[in-house]
Amino acid sequence: MREEHVIEAEGLTKMFGTFTAVDHITFDVKKGEIFGFLGANGAGKTTAMRMLCGLSKPTAGRATVAGCDIVREPERVKRNIGYMSQKFSLYEDLQVWENIRLFGGIYGVAEREMAQKTDDMLRRLGIYGEKNTPVKRLPLGWKQKLAFSVAIFHEPKVVFLDEPTGGVDPRARRQFWEMIYEAADRGITVFVTTHYMDEAEYCDRVSIMVDGRIDALDSPGGLKRQFGVGSMDEVFYKLAREAKRGE
Amino acid sequence: MRQRVKVQGGESAGRTGGKGVFAAFVKKEFRHVVRDKRTMLIVLAMPVVQIILFGFALSSEIRNVNVAVLAPHYDEQVRRIVERMDASEYFTVTGMLTSDKDVDMAFRDGSADMILAFGGGFDEVYTVEGTEIQLIADATNTNTATTMVMYATNIISNSLTDGQQEMKAGIVPDIRMLYNPQMKSSYGFVPGVMGLIIILICAMMTSVSIVREKEQGTMELLLVSPMRPIMIIISKMVPYLVLSFIDFLMIVLLSVTVLDVPMAGSFGALCVLALLYIIVALSLGLLISTKVESQMAAMLGSGMVLMVPSMFFSGMIFPVESMPLFFQWLSKILPPSWFITGVKKLMIEGLPAMYVAKETLILTVMAVVLIAASLKNFKYRLE
Repeated sequence: MREEHVIEAEGLTKMFGTFTAVDHITFDVKKGEIFGFLGANGAGKTTAMRMLCGLSKPTAGRATVAGCDIVREPERVKRNIGYMSQKFSLYEDLQVWENIRLFGGIYGVAEREMAQKTDDMLRRLGIYGEKNTPVKRLPLGWKQKLAFSVAIFHEPKVVFLDEPTGGVDPRARRQFWEMIYEAADRGITVFVTTHYMDEAEYCDRVSIMVDGRIDALDSPGGLKRQFGVGSMDEVFYKLAREAKRGE
Repeated sequence: MRQRVKVQGGESAGRTGGKGVFAAFVKKEFRHVVRDKRTMLIVLAMPVVQIILFGFALSSEIRNVNVAVLAPHYDEQVRRIVERMDASEYFTVTGMLTSDKDVDMAFRDGSADMILAFGGGFDEVYTVEGTEIQLIADATNTNTATTMVMYATNIISNSLTDGQQEMKAGIVPDIRMLYNPQMKSSYGFVPGVMGLIIILICAMMTSVSIVREKEQGTMELLLVSPMRPIMIIISKMVPYLVLSFIDFLMIVLLSVTVLDVPMAGSFGALCVLALLYIIVALSLGLLISTKVESQMAAMLGSGMVLMVPSMFFSGMIFPVESMPLFFQWLSKILPPSWFITGVKKLMIEGLPAMYVAKETLILTVMAVVLIAASLKNFKYRLE
């Protein structure tokens, strides 16, 4: 069971005072799956993701990530996940290799493997020559690929991506998604939030949050059939129109 | 809760947040600081600049005050006093006036800052063998006026007692300036500069650097990692602790060698006091960083809430004793006040360490309260 479902959430709820940011959401994510987590701004995506990462305690409900309870064992959750946020995820004033080593160290990658793994990764990304370059001098597309590679450097069970491709051109986004597929093929479960509906099409399954609830959850093809439309865009707008919360 | 857990999926084992990671993290923080040229410039140049400025340029001491002498009868007594006055580094005798009509003129044309008048029916200050002396000072700057009158009085009374072994009439007080016989202002400002620089580096820079991570979004990244929040915070503080302690040592060294400020008491006790104060300042910085969301706010917060009151109300520049009661109380809750008092006792007065027990105790209490408050706040932020 546990091997099958890397994330299980049951009635997960977060209230801020009287405001229900996340309203009893229930879903699960299979191992090696690419799970799209969609919703308009303010729908509760980020709050839900923060709870799954052990950054925020749920008001009600329960969830396990990589077999660890997010309330009772947030520290174990943290060890088994990778995280990359929409905001930039590396230290700009540190060199490429210094960033890799820092995060490798934080996530417990053994010292003796570090150098080899770093070199392998940089060669794979084709930026070995930039090893000693401060991150701030890299183009945005490279930075995001590097950030993703750093997020999965320690081979986590799940990697959480919070709008990872914001601001990059379609070609770089395409390359980024190829990296996501590779990671999923290696068995790393990918939990990704996005604004781009074409990216939603790349996911194995997609959930759409409206006003703190999950209003739809299926494969992109299944959702399109269910709503009788031809694209994820239309699915999204049909659902979003019912939203009561403003932007 | 904090047992050893295997990192599943990876070949490596062991919980993170141990010594190696902590060291790596401190190294990262040092890199941030060292690579930021502005920070390094402030940290390295500021103590030197401040010491030089306060030591040589901005001095509340008086020097070369122009003195005109009004003496209807230039006798032996008068001559001796005038010569003494002129010989001192504080005064230069610029002219002799013959009538009190010239007094006003001398002040107006700026040829005199103070006039030393003998005889001639003025109010009596001293009367020795019928000599009457009056000091008339330009009091547009009250501090300077007070100081020069005091210096002059001192010189006059010395020369009077020297010439007159057996004093019969009048009482001439024998003034001794304890701990700072030459009335050097550097004795007063060196502890102040220390207090200010440490606050600046520890509180302002620490809060800015923590808030910078919040602003960049990298703080989220650290919080989502297995690093314990307390470790993140401590490692952020270490570089500033080291740098401010280096600055403290630089100031001590410069003041003793260049400004001839004494290191009268125990240097060890002084270091302990400084470390304690650094910890207080660091926790203030941490507290500020939990309250604000932007680097600008952190800068303003530490600047307005900390630096300005510290400068004005800690006794660094203006004497607290002469402030209204409210500001005296304000002074008592400012950490620099206690630190500065402690440094004065240890460095200038050379008192044994036990005499700063009160200051040490108060700073310790402040440190404990501030750390508790900021950790509570910091935890809250994680929610």
